[in-house]
Amino acid sequence: MGDGTMLGFVLLIAVLAAATAFGLWRKRTDGQMKSVSVAAPLPVADDDPEVDVTTPSAAEHGGERLSADLLGSALGEQATLVQFSTAFCQPCRATRRILDEAATLVPGTTHIEIDAEAHLDLVRQLDIRRTPTVLVLDARGVIFKRAVGLPRKADVIAALGQVTAP
Amino acid sequence: MPETAICAPAVEVDVRGPRFAAAVTVVVLAVALLTIGSATAAVLLAIQTIVFALGAFVGLRAQPYGVLFRKVVQPRLAPATEFEAAAPPRFAALVGFIFTAVALLGLVAGVTAVAYVAVAGALAAAFLNAAFGFCLGCEIYLIGKRVFARSVSV
Repeated sequence: MGDGTMLGFVLLIAVLAAATAFGLWRKRTDGQMKSVSVAAPLPVADDDPEVDVTTPSAAEHGGERLSADLLGSALGEQATLVQFSTAFCQPCRATRRILDEAATLVPGTTHIEIDAEAHLDLVRQLDIRRTPTVLVLDARGVIFKRAVGLPRKADVIAALGQVTAP
Repeated sequence: MPETAICAPAVEVDVRGPRFAAAVTVVVLAVALLTIGSATAAVLLAIQTIVFALGAFVGLRAQPYGVLFRKVVQPRLAPATEFEAAAPPRFAALVGFIFTAVALLGLVAGVTAVAYVAVAGALAAAFLNAAFGFCLGCEIYLIGKRVFARSVSV
């Protein structure tokens, strides 16, 4: 019984340590706005810690271009925030609130929410793996940044600032 | 008042309930992990398996830890402000049920290695949920749909 308890104790510590490390890493990387670039083949891995997040303008990036037809909704004049959601996804609701507020704050920004389950083709095409996933598009509909997980409002507004910069 | 679009008749719960239930689960499974090989572990795992089963197959209102939360903890807290659908916690309970059932079978069959691994796995998931609000169901749901569902374009 002593051996079993020892093993159980070691396992307990190991599990809690590993889970804590993973949880903290997720907290750090969730919602981070990552630049989409032609150099890296789409999709940009959302768990790649080496992704460079320096930010040249959208014109220098060759992210995929999404049309209003594809999205089922008109693009924003200056920028579009495309949110992929699923039903029952609580972080998606919080994301919706944040993106709505950001769209109100930054003129010419439209927020489009897409039900991932009803658009599986698009989900596969853009390699959406989790919800919420937020794509920041420029005025032409080119994907500029992608964030997986609940984004911070300040990061969304910063991304909008970059994509609408002259 | 946060805007929540409740068009579908989904059951909504105070988000703190499932987190509390996950925390209790962490304690139960931690003790079980430490006592594998003894009757204590078997009893705890049997209890936890039933708890998970109730949550997964009957509903969150039947989940004993949730009941404990509503009766004892929630009245002492500020009124709920954030709600979530019941589906993700129920899915998490289903996954937990599978893990603890496998652990029990391992114990019964005398293959304690299986019990160790299964309890450790369930503990990791419960801890991630309790400590970080990590939603396992949300994570794998879309991947599952992508792989198994036929293409849909609206």
